Amino acid sequence: MRKAKSPLQTVPPGHPNDRGGKAQPMLIVEDLRKYFPIHAGPLNRKVAEVKAVDGISFSVVKGETLGVVGESGCGKSTMARLLMHLMPKDTGHLIFDGDAVAEPTGISLRELRRNLQMVFQDSYSSLNPRLPIEESIAYGPCVHGAKRAEAKAIARDLLEKVGLRPELFGARYPHELSGGQKQRVNIARALALNPRMLILDEAVSALDKSVEAQVLQLLGYLKRHFNLTYMFISHDLHVVQYISDRVLVMYLGQIVEIGPVDEIYNSPRHPYTRALLNSRLSMDPDERVETAPLVGDPPNPIDPPSGCRFRTRCPFAEEVCAANAPPLGRSSSPLDHLAACHMAHEGSGHSRANQSPAILRPSIPPVAAPVQRIHA
Amino acid sequence: MTLMESFGSAATLVPPAGRPLVEVRDLGVSFVSREATVKAVNGVSFELMPGEVLCIIGESGSGKSVTMRSLMRLHPKRRTVMSGSMRVGDHDILSLSDREMNSIRGRTVSMVFQEPMTALDPVYSIGDQIAETVMRHEKCSRADAMKRALELLEFVKVPSPERRLKAFPHELSGGLRQRAMIAVALSCRPSLLLADEPTTALDATVQIQVLILLRKLQKEFGMAIILVTHDLGVAAQIADKVAVMYAGRIVEYGKVRDVLMNPAHPYTRGMLASTVHGQAKNTEIETIPGSPPDLRFLPPGCSFSPRCKYVLPECIAAVPPPIANGPDQVARCIRVGELPQTVRAGVA
Amino acid sequence: MTDMTVGSGFDAGPVPERAPEQRVRGYWQTVWQKLRYDYVTLFFMALIALIILSAVFAPLLAPIDPYKSSMVYRLKPIGYKQFILGTDEQGRDMLSRLLYGGRVSLTMGIVPVVLATSIGGLLGVLAGYLGGRPNTIIMRTMDVFFAFPSVLLAVAISGSLGNGIPNQLLTLTVVMIPPLCRVAETATSQIRGMDFVDAARASGASMPSILFRHVLINAISPVLVYASTLVSACILLASGLSFLGLGVPPPTPDWGLMLSTLRQAIYVQPLVCALPGVAILITSVAFNLVSDGLRQAMDVKG
Repeated sequence: MRKAKSPLQTVPPGHPNDRGGKAQPMLIVEDLRKYFPIHAGPLNRKVAEVKAVDGISFSVVKGETLGVVGESGCGKSTMARLLMHLMPKDTGHLIFDGDAVAEPTGISLRELRRNLQMVFQDSYSSLNPRLPIEESIAYGPCVHGAKRAEAKAIARDLLEKVGLRPELFGARYPHELSGGQKQRVNIARALALNPRMLILDEAVSALDKSVEAQVLQLLGYLKRHFNLTYMFISHDLHVVQYISDRVLVMYLGQIVEIGPVDEIYNSPRHPYTRALLNSRLSMDPDERVETAPLVGDPPNPIDPPSGCRFRTRCPFAEEVCAANAPPLGRSSSPLDHLAACHMAHEGSGHSRANQSPAILRPSIPPVAAPVQRIHA
Repeated sequence: MTLMESFGSAATLVPPAGRPLVEVRDLGVSFVSREATVKAVNGVSFELMPGEVLCIIGESGSGKSVTMRSLMRLHPKRRTVMSGSMRVGDHDILSLSDREMNSIRGRTVSMVFQEPMTALDPVYSIGDQIAETVMRHEKCSRADAMKRALELLEFVKVPSPERRLKAFPHELSGGLRQRAMIAVALSCRPSLLLADEPTTALDATVQIQVLILLRKLQKEFGMAIILVTHDLGVAAQIADKVAVMYAGRIVEYGKVRDVLMNPAHPYTRGMLASTVHGQAKNTEIETIPGSPPDLRFLPPGCSFSPRCKYVLPECIAAVPPPIANGPDQVARCIRVGELPQTVRAGVA
Repeated sequence: MTDMTVGSGFDAGPVPERAPEQRVRGYWQTVWQKLRYDYVTLFFMALIALIILSAVFAPLLAPIDPYKSSMVYRLKPIGYKQFILGTDEQGRDMLSRLLYGGRVSLTMGIVPVVLATSIGGLLGVLAGYLGGRPNTIIMRTMDVFFAFPSVLLAVAISGSLGNGIPNQLLTLTVVMIPPLCRVAETATSQIRGMDFVDAARASGASMPSILFRHVLINAISPVLVYASTLVSACILLASGLSFLGLGVPPPTPDWGLMLSTLRQAIYVQPLVCALPGVAILITSVAFNLVSDGLRQAMDVKG
């Protein structure tokens, strides 16, 4: 179901640091795993593990925006921190533009961090409250050996690029900025090392809607201007649909579905994805949801259900779901639409495995018409 | 159902038909500190009939939460200057003594907060917290209060309520905590429930469950709800009436369908247009340029005028009065009716 | 900006933010702005300055040699002849002795706190930032000291070291390190979890750079506030040690020691005997109130 003009096929003109060429994915993640031990008791012994990220593999194509969605506790933020090497991973390999990361034959961590940066959620802790924002942005280049004046110039240039006049804002402290302005600074800080890929972890979630639109617009502009690749982590399905080329859905530390955005939103194959999409609130008061698409909260990741982790909340769960975990499957191309559900795999033993995915269509038709501009 | 019977007496608290349950007239709230006076609310008036749901929509700093908390007089007394009048049922909120106010809190008016983890007391079990409110207001025995707590938990659809009665807040998931807090708020059958972003901290699949629950409780008990939110989708799901706030004023007020589908004020229109909601990829989302005004130095006239593209010299001269746009909708904009046809009619 | 277009051209880049007219103030300037209107704190800061100055310039201010005793003028009341504040049990001028005593008492209050802040603060910041095993080693060692009441610990250490000013300074420093270390550790471990520290790590910065540029400047205000409350505790503790005979040896003028030697005369000249106690009280109250004010002023929202 490949479309004639997918945004993925229009790979942007090369970045000066491009090494692997157009076809090489920007980032390949293989079998990433992180369990947090839980210590308890008088001897502080390990009693359990939180399986925050449990063996996920995917790749990020050059020039795309990969949206990552899932509910709180699904491991999406942990994954971001693992990719940034802010915490040690238990297992897993990272290949950045063809080079293995932090392995003898590949690139160093320092090299990775020049190319891969992260934008944090706007909060009181995202910027150092005791540094003027200019210094916060200039800090990265300084660390990588830029002269102070050079780093300052980079910072001022970036402030201009994110829409903050450096002469007015450069010397300010974070508490003197609004949420949207702080988030612009966060973005500028991430861009200061001239990276090729940004991980945006709930980068617009804490902002007011009108400010969110401004920042999304800015992100679009920067992506084109700097040839960036985005991984956009969010719980807001509307925003993910708007900004992403492909979408990755996580549930309890695992990928349940991945694929091009239109396929995921128009014909989701995993019941969890469908429930998530049905939980979106319509802005039309006549389209009120009468029955909740899912009951209960996500189970505790300390002791996830056997087999398919979603089966405890899944309306289609059968014996096979408890017996063995459905595989996501290997993709031959990044454009493949994969779902870790027995119903999506023929011959899995699930009674609905042979039915067409149409039965899983969301009950609310997606709003397709673009909102027109106010001014005539 | 015993619970419904016990809730039946709520009818006595509801004033005679035709009289609004809540009447707020020209409410002003300022926070005074040594450095500056922040005018958080500047002349807000609205009415709410018994059994109606009003959503106050606004962005951060619009004064929506301050307005709602004023109805419970939750602001620090020493630093707050309040003006205007507020009536809930037969109580004139601003002239009540602290003691009288306390007897109203929880009984006539109760509140659900955004973060149940901080709003519930971590050292008492859920059952104790519900029972405590019941015992304080109804002077009944502890056993009766616990029985009531169990009924309430069943009512807000908490699974295995006997077990959860003894659970502490940290042992519950986010959705269950919010349900437990709703149970605490409902424990003395309030005629008015205030909810401050009750679903913002919840996941999407849980948010919808809580909204459906609130709607059901409201229908069955006939309570009025004032719900503060920044999410237009939440308002569309639950509201009868909508008030849009900007810089401490209600800029648009009306029935939910009218305001969301046919907005009259440029700010409401801008907010609807800038909400990401099914816009096609690679189309531009509209944004409202600039940022909200500093509440210490409000511009004279319409506070939205510096960001408004339809601004006229008259807008800057004086605060526009509420102007009707149809039978059930008012907007504080002197150009109501002159503006181009509505944005959203085509979408629906 | 009068031409208000909604949004910008699709590829024209961001709309520049309009900046509200606003003074740009740094953290310390903001703190000062808050303090400037806090008249209580300002008054007690001035009082502390006065006490310190009068101790520093005691040789110039003292009307009579503080060591000069006289059998004739023993335990004279306040305002007796040239003795403005009376005399003690050996006929020495109280005013002069109080001024000179301030030198010892203030040194005992301030120097150990400064030393303990540097040592304990550094240990605490390291423990808080490194976490894990280094944290366990440092903090459990501190817990050993915490297990003893501070007075008992001070008595034990100075009892074994013997009296004298250097030994007493050492004693007080050791006693003050554990609480400061704990405060620094708590503050640091909170800051370590913040996103801006992760952002600095993500930019590839080294640990010392992160510690100095990001952690220390944020952890310092709670530590400073706590240290200022310890000054008064330290003065009291030093006075207590002197009172017990474990501090400075007589005839050195010291408020605690003076209180101790005068206590037998409490029924003869109660007002004069109370004077060293009043000096201790005023000084420690002043330090406590100033640290309260500092805590409020330094509580600037990030």
